Amino acid sequence: MACYLTTGKHMSLYWSFGTVLLLLAITAPTALVFGFGGAMAARSRILPLRWFGKVYIMLVRGVPDIAFFLFFVIALDQAFEWMRHQFLCPDWDAPIRQGNDFVVCAAAKLPLSTAPQWVHEVYGFFTAVLTFAIVFGAFAANVLYGAMRAVPRGQLETAEAYGMSRHQVNWRILIPQMWVYALPGLSNLWMVLIKATPLLFLLGVKDIVYWGRELGGTANPRFTDFPHGDWRMWYFLALLIFYLAFTRVSELFLERVMKRLTRGQATTGGEAQRRAGA
Amino acid sequence: MSCLQTIQDYGLRSLGLGERLLPRDNFTLCDQFVLIGSGMVWNVYFGVCALIAGFFLATLVAVGKGARNPLLRKPSEWFILVFRGSPLFIQFFFAYFLFLDLKGISPIFDAFTAAWLGALIVLFLNTAAYSGEIFYGALRSIPKGDVEAADAYGFSGWPRFRRIVWPTMLRLAWPAYTNEAIFLFHATTLVFFSGFPAWQQRGDALYYANYFADKTFNPFIPYPILAGYFILLTLCVIGFFGLVNRRLNRHLPGEARRRLRLRPNLIR
Repeated sequence: MACYLTTGKHMSLYWSFGTVLLLLAITAPTALVFGFGGAMAARSRILPLRWFGKVYIMLVRGVPDIAFFLFFVIALDQAFEWMRHQFLCPDWDAPIRQGNDFVVCAAAKLPLSTAPQWVHEVYGFFTAVLTFAIVFGAFAANVLYGAMRAVPRGQLETAEAYGMSRHQVNWRILIPQMWVYALPGLSNLWMVLIKATPLLFLLGVKDIVYWGRELGGTANPRFTDFPHGDWRMWYFLALLIFYLAFTRVSELFLERVMKRLTRGQATTGGEAQRRAGA
Repeated sequence: MSCLQTIQDYGLRSLGLGERLLPRDNFTLCDQFVLIGSGMVWNVYFGVCALIAGFFLATLVAVGKGARNPLLRKPSEWFILVFRGSPLFIQFFFAYFLFLDLKGISPIFDAFTAAWLGALIVLFLNTAAYSGEIFYGALRSIPKGDVEAADAYGFSGWPRFRRIVWPTMLRLAWPAYTNEAIFLFHATTLVFFSGFPAWQQRGDALYYANYFADKTFNPFIPYPILAGYFILLTLCVIGFFGLVNRRLNRHLPGEARRRLRLRPNLIR
């Protein structure tokens, strides 16, 4: 059994857990940046920017997210190639969309067709991260937008009374205070992000779902030392338990963070803590 | 080929009626609209059936989680934890391969490996868990006075639950339940991307949208069409649930009636 679980392919399976964690580690901050940008745009005083922010938030929420994942991966890929095409081959005169084909000059292909395999994989992973960041950025933008509006009006008015400019009010008063209000929403988002990671499979990254399917399938005695029947059920059961444990652990962790952050805040949670301590 | 012809050929393609072969080239806008629209049949079917069946199980689970007897409480808690704590995508895969294994044991399980039944069961259990949690939350926030008044009038047991507790629970849970319904419909798009195969290319809306995007290499037409269909579906759901909400709150004075506020939760 120990021997079976340490074959080369199983090692790839264990590495793909790393892929998932890496995706989470990169996507979470990137999505937060996108969300911050979106929320700031939605609050902006410049009308087109405000529209852009609001449409960004609205659109991603109204449509099944999986459709977005499938859409953005192709759209982003084509956008990058199109930009490189404009830049690298300005004297190309054939149209880019020829019927059902998307044709760019060879130098603009991404990744270059001569590139080694790992570049292709890294590029695929990169587009996947960007897609996740765009979709979750919209969710985060929504949370942060709500949090910005939840900061007590009096705080901002006081700042204005002290003669701060709008910019100063934003950066010195509004943004430091909004995080407490945003945290429940953001931690909820983190759970959702964890549960969205199996969708990586749909974006063509070899993640745990891919390997679970590969390894669990009937193994033929001709090709492997460890023949077995269809074990995919057990592999997916293991994945199910992995996710369950992961969400449970983050739940406990976030609870502690929340407890730490509410300390001394003028919210009901902070008040309750103060009373319990006194 | 005129658009009317296309509708005749592909309008019910997702059910296996009409033209057998999907269009292969020269895709018109009409093709895409009709095929993706015909796929919506499956989304609506999965959503509606899972929602109706899930509603009853959710009530049971909510009452079970609120029960004092640990024999009732523990299974409900675990049920909710398992289905809310793991990704729906993985649940689909697991269920599919589970049914596939069971099929080897007994031919009774033949139908379960097909999407129309197998995926429906997963969606049903999933939505029951999510809405069970919502109902449980509502159950705990029923005003104390309501139940005391019921006691004072001599209600107890089943009549008290049926006449007082249950309607109040629904009334309180309804806005959150509406969101759950919307996201259940969105979740139905996952069915044909997990283990469940689309037999004879009878897929749901996303399946066809993906088909077109793959063939034309142009995601900018099929996915917006899909998005349009889903926004329409969402509006229908909101409209219907709004009507029910009005009926549930009909005894309250005008200002106290809460309008449905939509706070969609995101993915499952």
